[in-house]
Amino acid sequence: MVIFQTFLTGTNQGLLWAIMAIGVYISYRILDFADLTVEGSFATGGATAGIIMTLCKDFVAKGPAQGIFISVIGLLVAMIAGGLAGLVTGLLNTKLKIAPILSGILTMTGLYSINMIIMGLAIKKPMSNLGLGMVGTLFSKAEEFMPISRNWIIFIIAVIVVAVVVGLLYWFFGTEVGSAMRATGNNERMAKAQGVSTQNSKILGLVLSNAFVGLSGALVTFQQSNASVTMGVGSIVAGLAAIIIGESIISGKFPFWARLLSIVLGSIIYRIIISFIYLAGVNSEYIKLLTAILVVLALSIPLIKEKISKMPRKPKKNAKGKDEPDDTARQDAIVDEYVGEDEARKDTDVLQTEDGADSAATEV
Amino acid sequence: MLELSGIHKTFNIGTVNEKKALIDLNLKVNEGDFITVIGGNGAGKSTMLNVIAGVFPPEQGVITLDGVNVTKMAEHRRAGMIGRVFQDPMVGTAGNMNIEENLALANRRGKFRGLGWGVKKSEKEFFKEKLKMLDLNLEDRMGTKVGLLSGGQRQALTLLMATLIKPKVLLLDEHTAALDPKTASKVLSLTEEITSKENITTVMITHNMKDAIKYGNRLIMMMGGTIIYDVAGEEKKNLTVNDLLAKFEQSSGGEFANDRMLLG
Ligand SMILES: Nc1ncnc2c1ncn2[C@@H]1O[C@H](COP(=O)(O)OP(=O)(O)OP(=O)(O)O)[C@@H](O)[C@H]1O
Ligand SMILES: [Mg+2]
Repeated sequence: MVIFQTFLTGTNQGLLWAIMAIGVYISYRILDFADLTVEGSFATGGATAGIIMTLCKDFVAKGPAQGIFISVIGLLVAMIAGGLAGLVTGLLNTKLKIAPILSGILTMTGLYSINMIIMGLAIKKPMSNLGLGMVGTLFSKAEEFMPISRNWIIFIIAVIVVAVVVGLLYWFFGTEVGSAMRATGNNERMAKAQGVSTQNSKILGLVLSNAFVGLSGALVTFQQSNASVTMGVGSIVAGLAAIIIGESIISGKFPFWARLLSIVLGSIIYRIIISFIYLAGVNSEYIKLLTAILVVLALSIPLIKEKISKMPRKPKKNAKGKDEPDDTARQDAIVDEYVGEDEARKDTDVLQTEDGADSAATEV
Repeated sequence: MLELSGIHKTFNIGTVNEKKALIDLNLKVNEGDFITVIGGNGAGKSTMLNVIAGVFPPEQGVITLDGVNVTKMAEHRRAGMIGRVFQDPMVGTAGNMNIEENLALANRRGKFRGLGWGVKKSEKEFFKEKLKMLDLNLEDRMGTKVGLLSGGQRQALTLLMATLIKPKVLLLDEHTAALDPKTASKVLSLTEEITSKENITTVMITHNMKDAIKYGNRLIMMMGGTIIYDVAGEEKKNLTVNDLLAKFEQSSGGEFANDRMLLG
């Protein structure tokens, strides 16, 4: 029974956090934008949903229907708040040309204060924590409705929300705007040449990503009846872990919806593992270190593979920096350690020039 | 059609790396022109195309395209009027997206992108027809990720994408330089075929002087950020590689020995 309960709570957490992981997937994989806003916007989602419940507590107390109604509003506002955080990061990056990572860090840092202000709105003084035990949440209110246990209610609601999110994104990335966004992340120069406003693509992608992160933060807050300013710490790594586990399950040719579902599955597996680690009595402080090590290992595998397969690569002649006056691109390159690749390109550049000269000489 | 007047472009202004890439560049491209551009390394050829495409604005000068002053227009906005193929086959296509998705992106160049399907069913036939023209059997592989194609195939696809919606001007920056000689000549004849069939105004940079003479109706030579030689019509047809070398030597004062252009 304990084992089953651990499975169920792990699954529930996996489902709720999966929405955050999908948000990370949008920025990290689709937009190729290492967005750290997530750590802050996750808590922003929790804080907004929590404060809305708290501020409306008299109405919420009237009954389960009212409670659920306010909860849903809380979720929507949490999405908007998360989206706004993404908007700020997007504007910092595209308009002020601040490198992606730094843009995210700046927003995340600012959000730390903002989240405390939000959580303190009810008492007009910044707070680092907001308990909802007395007020109730979506799940506790739904429990009053239905004759099943809290965990099953969370499970059902989480499955529904995840299904809607996956369906929505599957549709979105098939649209013209979604295609343009994918192209932006895949090859920015190509996207621009095809008339895509890559700035708008990035901004919209970050808004979308962080809106889902906010939603996830709100749901997790409802699940644990508590929001805190630190609840998003480590969320990026958790999100990456889910993505990587998912990718290891379905590698190769799969439709996009399967890719999204693999993240959900990855997130569930990750949370179940953690639940069992807790169950085994391992101190919770160690979990983040374990996760970090796990993700480092998983992330380094493709790199090692690439290093091996890189040796007989075709020479390409194009000095990357030359045609790319974009400052952010350059900062980006430094942060992402593409510097090495640039040098490699220069090497092949020489090669190619000589090649070209040779063949051309024989032609004349 | 396309007119550049008094264009100045300097990189890294005010630093030790300051580099005047274009100096008082003037060029009038006529409707239907196919111009080949030659010149040594660093002559400013790519910079000229980048300024036309709006990758960066010039400090001085005016660019008009089909009567519209586009000097300050953002790159993605003028992309609707401009087709481009780059030197690096990786640059022109999205490797993680499949052939039809890439074509669909190109089919919306310069158009509003909304929440309609990114690839419409009705487009697929049209793409198939177009792909058949390339004669690379890509029409049977529309679902294949472009990243799996060879450099030559990617370059041919990029060319198709650049001309799918007829551009007011097609800019080709050494688009065959990274390909092996056989593939290069295939892509070049494709270029010739497409541009003449649809009468597309084209500016093509090449390091191969023979190609520069063989293709197009007009040839310009660049040096030191400006155009030093502009020849068209019969005179251009009768050029020889030696003529060009002589012209180059005369303009550069003999100091061309190491230049790649000599070998082209
Ligand atoms: N983004 C950039 N930043 C700084 N300098 C640049 C940049 N782009 C070009 N340059 C410089 O401007 C000059 C002209 O470069 P450009 O690329 O236009 O030459 P090119 O004629 O295309 O030469 P190549 O035949 O080698 O392609 C060169 O000195 C180059 O180093
Ligand atoms: Mg060049």
